[in-house]
Amino acid sequence: MLRVENLNSWYGASHVLQDIGLEVNKGEIVCLIGRNGAGKTTTLKSIIGLLDKTSGSVTFKGKEVLGQPAHVRFALGLAYVPEERRIVQGLTVRENLRLGLVASPDKKDEVRRIAQIAEIFPRLAERLDQEAVTMSGGEQQMLAIARAMIAKPDLIMLDEPSEGIMPVLVDEMFELFRRMKSEGTTVLLVEQNVELALDIADRAYVLDQGSVVHHATAAALLANDEIKERYCSV
Amino acid sequence: MSGLSFDLIALQLFTGLALGAIYVLFAIGLSLIFGMLTVVNFAHGAFYMVGAYVGLFLLSLGGNFWLCLVAVPLIVGTSGLIVERFLIRPLYGRGIDYPLLLTFGLSYVMVELIRIAFGKSGYPFDTPEILQGAVNIGVGYFPLYRLFVIGIAAVVLLGLWLFLERTSFGLIIRAGARDPQIVRVLGVNVSRVWLFVFGIGSGIAGLAGLLAAPLQGVIPEMGATILAEAFVVTVVGGMGSIGGAVIAGLLVGVVVSMTSLFAPEMAKVSIFALMAIVLLIRPQGFFGRAGLMS
Ligand SMILES: Nc1ncnc2c1ncn2[C@@H]1O[C@H](COP(=O)(O)OP(=O)(O)OP(=O)(O)O)[C@@H](O)[C@H]1O
Ligand SMILES: [Mg+2]
Repeated sequence: MLRVENLNSWYGASHVLQDIGLEVNKGEIVCLIGRNGAGKTTTLKSIIGLLDKTSGSVTFKGKEVLGQPAHVRFALGLAYVPEERRIVQGLTVRENLRLGLVASPDKKDEVRRIAQIAEIFPRLAERLDQEAVTMSGGEQQMLAIARAMIAKPDLIMLDEPSEGIMPVLVDEMFELFRRMKSEGTTVLLVEQNVELALDIADRAYVLDQGSVVHHATAAALLANDEIKERYCSV
Repeated sequence: MSGLSFDLIALQLFTGLALGAIYVLFAIGLSLIFGMLTVVNFAHGAFYMVGAYVGLFLLSLGGNFWLCLVAVPLIVGTSGLIVERFLIRPLYGRGIDYPLLLTFGLSYVMVELIRIAFGKSGYPFDTPEILQGAVNIGVGYFPLYRLFVIGIAAVVLLGLWLFLERTSFGLIIRAGARDPQIVRVLGVNVSRVWLFVFGIGSGIAGLAGLLAAPLQGVIPEMGATILAEAFVVTVVGGMGSIGGAVIAGLLVGVVVSMTSLFAPEMAKVSIFALMAIVLLIRPQGFFGRAGLMS
């Protein structure tokens, strides 16, 4: 579904990603792990189209998207939940959810879609008309995920969704990822919480200093203490 | 002090509101464009001036004022679209000074073109016949046309508010002003939104120029004066805030009109004094977000 080959990315003159290659198949949960500064966020940003300078190839559902602007990639079914959540100030929970639909052909279906998503996220359902930034960090993260899911993307990329969130909510969230997978959504997940992530993932790539240094099934990586020790300890 | 009766002050307050209504129309575009595009649009005054001249031109062709009220914002708004698309868009991502310098230069070009086409001296602009005269508003007789200006500004503001609050496109604008990147990854073609915002802002500036014409006549330099005053309005209201532009616009109108009643020679200085006071007490303006410029 998603294939990244020889991806190189730069921030200005600094060459951050070198020849990244990875693949995500339909229905999989693939995990991207690595130390702080390894290049995980940059990889996701390059895939969604937020970096100015990139080279190589990113194909999604068979189409080359690397030269395309982010909104075109979204229209193909790629969704991205950034690290910092980016809940828009001044908007209610409902408006944030509507924002997830503004570019979707299902916009007419707004009311029904919001009701559906509220069923999946009961915490949001209770707070639809509350200003979104007044919610807790975990609830805001849930909203960011819901906002990205409401347009029913084929592949959703999540950047450290569990960061700074209380454990109950983390469990709830990972349960949700399992459910997304069982309903056919493909997930590319960046996580610091390695054990937890590998537990639900099918495969994983390990990044270090802007390159892929290891690739294995989640089960194999979970058993490989040496790799985990070397590349994933914070 | 017998001359300065309550009624006179009340009338002057209304005069201030009419003046403020023009500031508001001018400043909301300036503020919207800054808030979304982070472009300090120095050509905004030129669009205002062009609005008045387009009105003058349409009237000379035999059009009437009502036609102008519709046609002027459309024509000026369209020229705004062209300016954004072909001149400003290539400069995005290069820092705030590039579009600033471009629009600064553009304003000179536009003023010069108008001078070539219409001459350097100004023209009077007749108040449309049915809006001539005065009506009794309880505290005395007030010019009907000024009441009309206040009314039009209220209608435009109400329309803009409904548009921003009730439509999907309005939601995109509100969100995009805060965080363009998130709007982009949610599938929105942000450059189209910016184009549209610039068009709306310019169109409303053109309308403001047309509305101001019967009050002050039409000259090529009319945009430069209001631009300086409108910067005060946006600074006082808070850069990028529409609500701030409305309140500050009315306030500045009232302050100018009150000082011209009590101390006419201080009228122009008063608004800058107002700005200085507001900046001392609240540097980001009434509704501005701190650190927006950093
Ligand atoms: N905006 C930027 N400008 C310049 N360099 C950057 C920028 N963002 C990240 N970098 C650099 O790029 C490298 C990769 O950063 P990236 O954010 O992708 O890492 P990460 O794996 O997501 O780390 P973390 O676990 O801390 O989120 C780092 O060396 C970082 O310093
Ligand atoms: Mg990161």
